[in-house]
Amino acid sequence: MHHKADSRDKSNLSRRRLLTASAGLFGSATGGRVLADTLADVPRREVGAPLSGQSDRSKYVHITRIPQAGPGVRKVDPFDAINSKTPLNKLVGAITPSDLHYERSHSGVPDLDPGKHRLLIHGLVKKPLVLTVDDLTSMPSISRVNFIECTGNGWENWKRADENLTVQNTHGLVSTNEWTGVPLRFLIDLVGKDHESTWMLAEGDDAAGVDRSIPLTDEIVNEAFVAYGQNGEPLRPAHGFPIRLIMPGFEGNLNIKWLRRLKFGDRPWMTRWETARYTQLLQNGKAEQFQLRMDTNSVITSPSGMMEIRSGYNRITGFAWSGHGKIVKVEVSTDAGVTWKAAELNNPVLPKAQTRFQMDWEWDGKPTKIVSRSTDEKQNVQPDRKTFIDQVGTNALFHYHAQQTWSIDSAGRVRNVLVTKRWRPRLWLFRWYPWYMHMTSGGRRRSKR
Amino acid sequence: MKLWDIDVRPDGKGLPEGSGTVAHGKSVYEENCEACHGPNGQGGIKDRLAGGQGSLATENPIKTVGSYWPYATTLFDYIHRAMPYQAPGSLSVDDTYAVAAYILNLNGILSSDGTLDRNTLPAIKMPNREGFIPDPEFREVAKPK
Repeated sequence: MHHKADSRDKSNLSRRRLLTASAGLFGSATGGRVLADTLADVPRREVGAPLSGQSDRSKYVHITRIPQAGPGVRKVDPFDAINSKTPLNKLVGAITPSDLHYERSHSGVPDLDPGKHRLLIHGLVKKPLVLTVDDLTSMPSISRVNFIECTGNGWENWKRADENLTVQNTHGLVSTNEWTGVPLRFLIDLVGKDHESTWMLAEGDDAAGVDRSIPLTDEIVNEAFVAYGQNGEPLRPAHGFPIRLIMPGFEGNLNIKWLRRLKFGDRPWMTRWETARYTQLLQNGKAEQFQLRMDTNSVITSPSGMMEIRSGYNRITGFAWSGHGKIVKVEVSTDAGVTWKAAELNNPVLPKAQTRFQMDWEWDGKPTKIVSRSTDEKQNVQPDRKTFIDQVGTNALFHYHAQQTWSIDSAGRVRNVLVTKRWRPRLWLFRWYPWYMHMTSGGRRRSKR
Repeated sequence: MKLWDIDVRPDGKGLPEGSGTVAHGKSVYEENCEACHGPNGQGGIKDRLAGGQGSLATENPIKTVGSYWPYATTLFDYIHRAMPYQAPGSLSVDDTYAVAAYILNLNGILSSDGTLDRNTLPAIKMPNREGFIPDPEFREVAKPK
């Protein structure tokens, strides 16, 4: 008995040691939180829910988009919303689930019957065509993983930083899906585009008939496609069902949803969405037009706005993306941009797709600021806030892609802020203030007496 | 195909036959547009349509048809395709010319006895016509022939 009891005590002890050790290991990996009460509490296994026609999310997972309006106009009724933002802070990996892909619609989501929907291709072509959705799905297809980003992504931070914003608020208008469809080049050959046609009008079948002029550069003709598939299934209505244009690397607005018409011409049409909207007003009152490519960008999604962290080990992770091609480098600074360290990039790193980056970090518990900057294969480096604003001012509204800084206070609270590394030396100058006063005005005042 | 082929270019290509006066446009506006865009194109819950000229280089730019839009043809095209918001395409061609004329009149671009049609509309030079810089990457493609 005695002997038995001893051995039981021994095995309990060793189990306790193991638990202590593993709690320490996992505990440090999650900022000191213990994962399980004890492995001795073996959960009872039960027969689960019956099999079903589709898989829903776990009841423990709460993950949704948030409908919003313009900069600073949050918590709106969905009827008044103009976009719905992806929860970047709750995603893992690089692909956005279809139902969480950001949404931007200009006059609601139309209810289109794929059996009745038509795509008209005409203009400067030899043989105008009207295609059904079945016509398109029977043509040679391509699949491609690429990001789509609303040109307004980041617009909350043009003029000021609301410290109550999450990364979903600041950067939730970018998503990455696999899209499947017919290459534009195939359709161009089918209708016999005239050589003098250098522009194409793409028009949607939503109430507003959203339309954009697209320059027919080699890159666009080679990469654009008319998609009917999204992450392996037909497009979701919010994302263009039954067909949409995909323009890898270019303004989200050019990826015309509910596509009903492609018209070839020899100059841009100057639609409302490329004149009154989606043009960037500079400080001198002039506006950039047809700035169609999405710029080199990145953001740390954890730790990010409104999160709380503990001192010690933290894993920094986020997304980087560029309309120019592949991301080749993401650097992270944990001291407000003074020093930088290369983060790891998760494979696969795909051109014009969101790339996941991560980095180990030991936080010493002192207030600091964390920031990321990306570099793409064309050597474009994401600009710091000051350089960016010096170039474009604060009225551009679209194409914000400055480095995103999160401040962390001594309690570990993470907040949205606007600062640059250039701010530090200026603060440092204040140390010379007494000396400066003594040598200038203070001194003069004394001499007057 | 004609019913689908609704786009209008700055050179007037695509503009339909028809015409409308500023005076008639005022009544079309009051009936269809004022609820969202406010009296005289200002103070509504949706986009401001008039005023703002001279504000683009300030801290608080006001972008309206008169202060920002580079082409008058875009105004016809947009009203014709997308307005009124709840019933796009419900205005007749004449009513569309008329309400475009009224909005230009609110901005001091067309006189009160003015009329718009497919010839007069493309001839209007908007105040901010030279206010845009095409992106260098697409500048050569963007050059109108």
